[in-house]
Amino acid sequence: MKLGFYPGCSLEGASREYNESVMAIAEKIGIELVSIPDWNCCGATAAHNLNKELSLSLPARNLALAEEAGLTELVVPCAACYSRFTMVQHELMHDEPLHKRVNEIIGKEYKGNLRILNVIQFIDEYVIDKLDENVKFEFNKKVACYYGCLLVRPNKVLKFDRTEDPQTMDIVMKKLGADAIDWAYKTECCGAGFSVSFTEAVARLSGNIVEDAVHRGAEAIIVACPMCHSNLDMRRKEIDKFNGKKSDIPVIYITQAIGVALGIDHKKLGLQRHFVPVNLKDFKPFVKKEIDVEKPQNMEVE
Amino acid sequence: MARIGVFICHCGENISATVDCPKVSEVAAKFPGVAFSTDYKYMCSDPGQSLVVNAIKEHKLTGIVVSACSPRMHEPTFRRACAEGGLNPYQCEMANIREHCSWVHEKGDKTDQKAIDIVRMMVEKVKRNNALLPIKVPVTKTALVIGGGVAGIQAALDIANAGHKVIMVERDPSIGGHMSQLSETFPTLDCSQCILTPRMVEVAQNPNIKLYTYAEIESVEGFVGNFNVKIRKKAKSVDETLCNGCGMCTTKCPNKKNPNEFELGMGNRPAIYVPFPQAVPNIPVIDKTQCTYYKNGKCKICEKVCQPKAIRFDQEDEIIEVAVGAIALCTGFDIKKTDFFPEYGYGKYKDIIDGLQFERLASASGPTSGEIRRPSDGQVPKKIVFVACAGSRDPAKGIEYCSKICCMYTAKHAILYKHKVHDGQAYIFYMDIRAAGKNYDEFTRRAIEEDQAQYIRGRVSRIYERDGKLIVVGADTLMNAQTVEIEADMVVLATAGVANKGAEELAQKLHVSYDQHKFFSEAHPKLKPVETNTAGIYLAGACQSPKDIPESVAAASGVAGKIACLFANSELTREPLIAMVDRQAPPMYSSCTGCFLCQPVCPYNAIEREEVKDRNGNLVRELAFINPGLCQGCGTCVAVCKSKSIDIEGYTNLQMYAEVDALLNS
Ligand SMILES: Cc1cc2nc3c(=O)[nH]c(=O)nc-3n(C[C@H](O)[C@H](O)[C@H](O)COP(=O)(O)OP(=O)(O)OC[C@H]3O[C@@H](n4cnc5c(N)ncnc54)[C@H](O)[C@@H]3O)c2cc1C
Repeated sequence: MKLGFYPGCSLEGASREYNESVMAIAEKIGIELVSIPDWNCCGATAAHNLNKELSLSLPARNLALAEEAGLTELVVPCAACYSRFTMVQHELMHDEPLHKRVNEIIGKEYKGNLRILNVIQFIDEYVIDKLDENVKFEFNKKVACYYGCLLVRPNKVLKFDRTEDPQTMDIVMKKLGADAIDWAYKTECCGAGFSVSFTEAVARLSGNIVEDAVHRGAEAIIVACPMCHSNLDMRRKEIDKFNGKKSDIPVIYITQAIGVALGIDHKKLGLQRHFVPVNLKDFKPFVKKEIDVEKPQNMEVE
Repeated sequence: MARIGVFICHCGENISATVDCPKVSEVAAKFPGVAFSTDYKYMCSDPGQSLVVNAIKEHKLTGIVVSACSPRMHEPTFRRACAEGGLNPYQCEMANIREHCSWVHEKGDKTDQKAIDIVRMMVEKVKRNNALLPIKVPVTKTALVIGGGVAGIQAALDIANAGHKVIMVERDPSIGGHMSQLSETFPTLDCSQCILTPRMVEVAQNPNIKLYTYAEIESVEGFVGNFNVKIRKKAKSVDETLCNGCGMCTTKCPNKKNPNEFELGMGNRPAIYVPFPQAVPNIPVIDKTQCTYYKNGKCKICEKVCQPKAIRFDQEDEIIEVAVGAIALCTGFDIKKTDFFPEYGYGKYKDIIDGLQFERLASASGPTSGEIRRPSDGQVPKKIVFVACAGSRDPAKGIEYCSKICCMYTAKHAILYKHKVHDGQAYIFYMDIRAAGKNYDEFTRRAIEEDQAQYIRGRVSRIYERDGKLIVVGADTLMNAQTVEIEADMVVLATAGVANKGAEELAQKLHVSYDQHKFFSEAHPKLKPVETNTAGIYLAGACQSPKDIPESVAAASGVAGKIACLFANSELTREPLIAMVDRQAPPMYSSCTGCFLCQPVCPYNAIEREEVKDRNGNLVRELAFINPGLCQGCGTCVAVCKSKSIDIEGYTNLQMYAEVDALLNS
């Protein structure tokens, strides 16, 4: 099984452990992730604030390259890249003149046949059914699954999970034996791109998230976005200052959590790279159990 | 020789801005058989109609084509003018160059050509029109009222007091509808039960009204003046003629822990129950899904304690057939439940309730005897948040419309809360305060000024529970969109008003149209607000859109007025545009071969067998005959008739072919 893969800048830089853990679980499950040849920046937050055509063309070129490489499905772990890709695809497929114009700019023909998946969609479609046979350890911790803003929004375009109370990660963690708590900040903003330019805002927004997770007794926050991760992990000093108390709750990518349960070496999952040390121990051997969760339907109105 | 007149209307600018009317008139003047052609700014105006009348007389016209708007709009107007000019009214045809042409195309030669073609078709048709005479049908002077909420009650009483018979069909075990669940009513704060109950009793006692509760409409056939309705009277498992309403059965029923629908789940009721103490009729029903006897075959305690021996475990649903002349649809509305709101916890927090539940808490006859106590632990909430527009005016939720009643009842709730919890504080998140109506704005001011409700203009993005409090997170848009967080003890969502359950099925049974939200549609939003587009079927109250009590009652009286007008005539005049089977002189009699393939396809059961006999009374032939009282002119029989012996008057095959021919050979 072969799927396309777009790492983007964060997975090659600040979020290397995300990349490492995605690759590690894909390998374990028997899926080959093929990077788009000669990929470029997705434009991230900067391009769509400055120049509309540029913001469409940067992702469009990547998508066209992926098609040229014969890929039909593309896994995009970074939530921001994922958002840009899906939005561009949506916009181009609903606006013919714009589509033509962007093809002209990138000098390629993007047909729009790609399916774009974020990591939780990838897990939902390709990994979750293989868990029972591969999992070695029970992830017997209380966890707060944090989705942030981009993974499940806007529903009109993504048609995946439910915007206000998403469940996909919760279901995966429950399957792994975790106690995924019901909490208040699942989809609240972490401060995203303001990590560098407006750190106080991040301290406040991410502070509320960490505080609520800790208050409800979570032992780890589970994420699937490099920005969420760096805000909750790297900015912990500022967060603790804002909250006026020290916190040691680790922030773990969902792929790392799955990797731990699959029995992959913690180093290979990059768990040592975090600012807030991950000291999760005492995992018990996995015993399969039936969990009573209903798969979330696409709840929004068309 | 045909002498046809063509009248091209500008419809102000509706047509003339797009279609070159003088040109169309000029071209039409040259069509074969056209003796007169002209154009005019408003053909439907008085001078426009006189123009038509005079032209018919002056030019000795044999038929006219009015080229203007849809026949739905003004066909009756011009048929009248046609008759005034001395012609049979059915010698008039409308060529629709507005809806079918000017409104849907750009200005240009092609559009003009289309208008010309439409006129040409109708000229060819009208040349072949026959003089027709209207059909008279009798009127059954009994009205059917579906739904026994305040609207249905009002309609039934008004019709009955006008001297006509009324049959009322109510789905629930009691009439009363939502109003029977309300505590006090805005804008006067009079007790809802106190003003409603006397009217409910009046319904039960009025000799002109026959009430069927726990009943639904099974099928409706026929047409204005002559509907045949089947009513399914669900088995109550109680003989209504014997039951004296003593209440022994409900008191002694051992199976008491069933969620009480009337209290919206905030209380229990026995398996045999009367929905509320003032119910009309005061006769219990057994809920078969809950009754121990129906489930396990044992118990029958109610039967043992019933003195008049009214319990009937073997009772079955009954189908009752009635003939009525008019139908009033009064089936009301429903509201969204709290589980519709993921951002407010999907209904999982007990202390987030909807407006109707608050009504029950505030009601003296409710589960807390009128004290405001929250469902989770019975505490009196000291901080309460009301969220207006929960779901309403929110395209993302699929509900773009304003539910209209919530601004007012939320203000009412804040007032009632303050009257009951003096040291409590109410907060209201709102978008706009829509309080248009007599004494309505004064009422919301009273909530703010006298009862210190704190109105916050902004929406609530999320509500979550933390340490036993409900944290309400919203924005104050009048304070620079600042985030507001309130730690509340209880939250009331003014959830959107939506169409009632079963509205769509009912509309389909009755052939009335409904909108995308499943509310029934009125025939015209301004001029026919209580009519549906099916003649003889009317609508009142919240089944049309969310409405408050005064509006529902006014509409219901409107319906009653309409029905009284209808019943003022003993005969109705119907359009003669119905199917006819060919008849000829003997020995042919008809081209009909008597195959009767048409009989099973007729949706109105209008086709009968006619025996043709010779002078000696011997049967010669059997021919199809169409009952003019039943035929609706749908044309299905025309399509299946192998010998081409059936035609729709006014739309004969000859006329239709002439139209097509005119179009193809233009
Ligand atoms: C929380 C709340 C507070 C309110 N407060 C006020 C107030 O203070 N003042 C005010 O003026 N208005 C108020 N209203 C509005 C008021 O409830 C409505 O205006 C009124 O109930 C509408 O009456 P109705 O007869 O049209 O519909 P309903 O009251 O809904 O009655 C419809 C009836 O039809 C029956 N029915 C439904 N379907 C069928 C079927 N298929 N066959 C047979 N029967 C059927 C139902 O069982 C019901 O008995 C409030 C509404 C709410 C939700």
